[in-house]
Amino acid sequence: MATTTEDAGPPGPAGGDPMRPAPFRVARRVVETHDVFTLWLEPVGGPGGFSSQPGQFDMLYAFGAGEVPVSLSGPPGPVKQVVHTIRAVGPVTQSLQRLKRGDVVGLRGPFGSAWPVSLAEGSDVVLVAGGIGLAPLRPALYHVLSQRERYGRIVLLYGARTPRDILFAREIETWRGRFDADVEVVVDRAAPGWHGLVGVVTTLVPRAHFDPHNAVAFVCGPELMMTFTVRALAHHGVVPARTWVSLERNMKCAVGFCGHCQLGPTFICRDGPVYRWDRVAPLLGVREL
Amino acid sequence: MQTLEPILAQIPLFQGMRPEHLKLIAGCASNARFDAGQFIGRQGEPADKFWIVRQGRVALEIHAPGRGALTIMTVAENEVLGWSWLLAPHQWHFDAYALTATRAIALDGKCLRGKFASDHELGYELMSRFSQLIVQRLEATNLQLLDLYGDHD
Ligand SMILES: Cc1cc2nc3c(=O)[nH]c(=O)nc-3n(C[C@H](O)[C@H](O)[C@H](O)COP(=O)(O)OP(=O)(O)OC[C@H]3O[C@@H](n4cnc5c(N)ncnc54)[C@H](O)[C@@H]3O)c2cc1C
Repeated sequence: MATTTEDAGPPGPAGGDPMRPAPFRVARRVVETHDVFTLWLEPVGGPGGFSSQPGQFDMLYAFGAGEVPVSLSGPPGPVKQVVHTIRAVGPVTQSLQRLKRGDVVGLRGPFGSAWPVSLAEGSDVVLVAGGIGLAPLRPALYHVLSQRERYGRIVLLYGARTPRDILFAREIETWRGRFDADVEVVVDRAAPGWHGLVGVVTTLVPRAHFDPHNAVAFVCGPELMMTFTVRALAHHGVVPARTWVSLERNMKCAVGFCGHCQLGPTFICRDGPVYRWDRVAPLLGVREL
Repeated sequence: MQTLEPILAQIPLFQGMRPEHLKLIAGCASNARFDAGQFIGRQGEPADKFWIVRQGRVALEIHAPGRGALTIMTVAENEVLGWSWLLAPHQWHFDAYALTATRAIALDGKCLRGKFASDHELGYELMSRFSQLIVQRLEATNLQLLDLYGDHD
């Protein structure tokens, strides 16, 4: 199984030319919400080796539309099918949304740095997700739950816009049913009939049960959400040097050539998307916490 | 009779408060229970109490014309429900109802305001703590308005 270390660096694609997409067939497609769907992809022409670390991404090429970076959302390690959960927001993602079982896409990857799940061993692990950000965090959750004895408390805090935007609702119920993980979901607003929490995801931080001085936090969502969440975590005692975020700014080549995703001295596709907060915050123009 | 003082001392709102102040507050406190669906306060009605939720969950709801009811916040264990008792005109700004069977400690606002009149320090202490709470809620509201989970270019 792939190991992850802090600053694991870019593990790079499984082999071959990193710029050439390999054909993958849609083996399964599930509608998650009104604008989010999950694709299970398998290599055309038989099983190929595919292995990823939690937090990494692939470049998915929708023929005739273009190529976009999308995080892996399935179990990490060696797999037969590659899983991606995608929100349809523009031409390429909408074209991926229209794919049916049997259709073919191009895939390059996996690329990028990973959530430092090895470094988190022995600590409480707090995963905070906002919106589609739950998808890139799910592999890290799969990992820590599969190696449960290596971690302290495991806490998932998830914020969505409304109840109908909640991703992986059934799986969240399963995680909630476990006695060894705390899962809280909150929505920004809800119509009557919703019996869960209403408010912003940052309000879950002080309510959650973990030891902030022995915790590692992984945060994923839009940048604004991550900034406020890291602030709430810091206020609660989780230092920025123990907090990682995934920067999902747009990119093109995914291998550090084109400079499209350059942020100060770093290329997100090559050095990211997972960064330690105290290292990347100055580049984002965030004032010190 | 057992007083609520030791329980109040554990609640974040009152943590670190002087024992004599806690004693005065406990003199205005009583236990309360609400069934799921029961209204605790209604917009525009007099607000002469606040509650600390001990178990269960309470929803705060606004009614927008043409859009129906919208839950904008929930109050859960050890959190405070209501601050209108502290500020004139002492009226509820929202509807509040129990989402689940809820146990709470009710604090009588009139009783407390009476005590503030003779003990200004207690009034200042509680006012400071509620101001902090109001600021936290305001910040949370601002974040909700920012639509944190949308795409921001
Ligand atoms: C490393 C990485 C991992 C990603 N993982 C996922 C994932 O798991 N699931 C998923 O649904 N999306 C993910 N994204 C975002 C995805 O790549 C974009 O949504 C996609 O590129 C949009 O392409 P489009 O042609 O459909 O829309 P476009 O026309 O390119 O964009 C439509 C709208 O979305 C905005 N937008 C585009 N990209 C982003 C972005 N990265 N962040 C915020 N706003 C953006 C645009 O500004 C525009 O307003 C990831 C991005 C990166 C860089």
